[in-house]
Amino acid sequence: MLAANFLLLAAVLFCIGVFGVIARRNAVMVLMSIELVLNSVNLNLIAFALMNDDVDGQVFALFVIGIAAAEVGVGLAMVLLIYRNRRSISLDELSELKG
Amino acid sequence: MIALLSSALAQADEWVSPAIDWHAIAPELILVIGINLVLLIDLNIGESKKWTMATLSGFVVLAAFIPVITLGLELDGVPREMFDGRYVIDEYALVLKAFFLLVAYVIILISQNELEEGGYYQGEFYVLMLCSVLGMVMMTSSRDLVSIFVSLELLSIPAYMMAAWRKRSSVSNEAGVKYYLLGVFASAIMLFGMSYLYGITGTTKLVDIGAQLTNGDLNGLAVVGIAFVLVGFAFKVSAVPFHTWAPDTYEGAPTPVTAFLSVASKAAGFVALVTLVYTAFPGASDVYGPMIWVMAALTMTVGNVLALRQSNIVRMLAYSSVSQGGFILMPLAFAGDPNASGSALNAVVVYLLVYAFMNLGAFAVVIAVSRKTNSGEISSFGGLFNYAPGMAVAMTVFMASLAGIPPLGGWFAKFNAFKAVLDAGNTPAYVLACIAAVNTVISAAYYFKVLRTVWVDDAPDGNTAPINPPQPIVAALAITVIGTIVVGVYPRLVAGFGELSDLAGALGG
Repeated sequence: MLAANFLLLAAVLFCIGVFGVIARRNAVMVLMSIELVLNSVNLNLIAFALMNDDVDGQVFALFVIGIAAAEVGVGLAMVLLIYRNRRSISLDELSELKG
Repeated sequence: MIALLSSALAQADEWVSPAIDWHAIAPELILVIGINLVLLIDLNIGESKKWTMATLSGFVVLAAFIPVITLGLELDGVPREMFDGRYVIDEYALVLKAFFLLVAYVIILISQNELEEGGYYQGEFYVLMLCSVLGMVMMTSSRDLVSIFVSLELLSIPAYMMAAWRKRSSVSNEAGVKYYLLGVFASAIMLFGMSYLYGITGTTKLVDIGAQLTNGDLNGLAVVGIAFVLVGFAFKVSAVPFHTWAPDTYEGAPTPVTAFLSVASKAAGFVALVTLVYTAFPGASDVYGPMIWVMAALTMTVGNVLALRQSNIVRMLAYSSVSQGGFILMPLAFAGDPNASGSALNAVVVYLLVYAFMNLGAFAVVIAVSRKTNSGEISSFGGLFNYAPGMAVAMTVFMASLAGIPPLGGWFAKFNAFKAVLDAGNTPAYVLACIAAVNTVISAAYYFKVLRTVWVDDAPDGNTAPINPPQPIVAALAITVIGTIVVGVYPRLVAGFGELSDLAGALGG
């Protein structure tokens, strides 16, 4: 069935995204990996909307897209902030607080 | 797809706008208007008058309180529903709306002077804080996956910015970035879970989802969906093993923001968790029960053990708040048990209220004292009793209450949580109650370490000039001390909140 292929693709995208968040140490790459996860969610929602034959999933996907944009806006601003203070966006160097 | 769209369009001309109950959403509306007012006025006044923004924000919060009270008087047990039962104003929602507004008011009181003296963008701070509070107030009424997601983001995104508020401090930046990355990642995972829940049940309305998820009849996708949604909120309430951001963020963020995150933002996570567990997953206790059981046991133990070795008071309070989160989570593990379902809801709501009083109070004392000592170390509290006996007594009340000493509020909250667990009366419940009892004893060790420093030790730098806490902090201390003591001495005042059995009923209808 067509929808099942979409779900499979979304699951693969989700896994790539989660791997990226865990393995990448560059803040921008982590942000992009999170975007992958969010887009796998959108794909899921659209595929399920098709399967269930209603529009709720599509509306939900629009909300996800809108809010993801707001999130990334804040995220990039923060990456800029640490770049200004440290001249680096490597997450490994964010280690002043621990214990 | 085209057919789907055209059928949707064909229905479009029959579409009528839903009836809006203006009175029921008045608290949210007042907050929205207030946020815009603060934003606009802040744009147009001089730097020397920025302090008025705190007062204005305080009035906005108090104004939003009025409709909450009038709604409470008018409610009379019949919940008001909007949008086909996706936005519900019932007793549960109103009690928690009042709770969040009260917390917001206390936070405004304790952040006022810190922001003024540090010169940190005061107007913007209050705008963001009120936005976050708006998200929390909406969360209490949300009964739909979409609105829960939107309220969660509305309350989180401003909080990320508030954590990184000190732009030039690399510690504050680090706090913000850690909170942001883990927060966004957790909400992405939660969304993935939500998409599966939607796919299986074909609806985003919680009650309808709940009607379709029943024990023994869950397929793999449903289990993954429920687990992922729980993980998303476990991050928000900093449950172990999703707590790693909390101590770093709490220590790095400005202290008033820490108070906000550890009380309001955490409580909002619990509210969402309670709403989901009681309305969307009532039949899936085989999935969420064991998960929450494990998280509660781990959260209280790990939080306590790590709190024992902290020498910084804010970091200690951070781990203490992680461990208190475990106690709040504990009754929820048995929400599916018919004997414990009602008392578990009661226990969570009462614990949240009491926890807010005592934790905000502790942070208010820390803020007041560190204005003089400029230090966050526990040792800097030495000799506090000699030069500021009032502060010392207030700190004693909060620490003893956090440790659960009768007759303070913390004791009553813990008592309720234990009672709910024991109501379930099965082996896992007894085991969890034992773990919690051991943890209560461990936690006393680090709370009393602070008290010993306050009462016995001498001031480390020999500076015993009395401290003059500013008026707003005194007011915040008064509210929190009175709250902590009154709930403990006269628990019937809040015990009634637990008769919220209409939560399930109202939502089922």
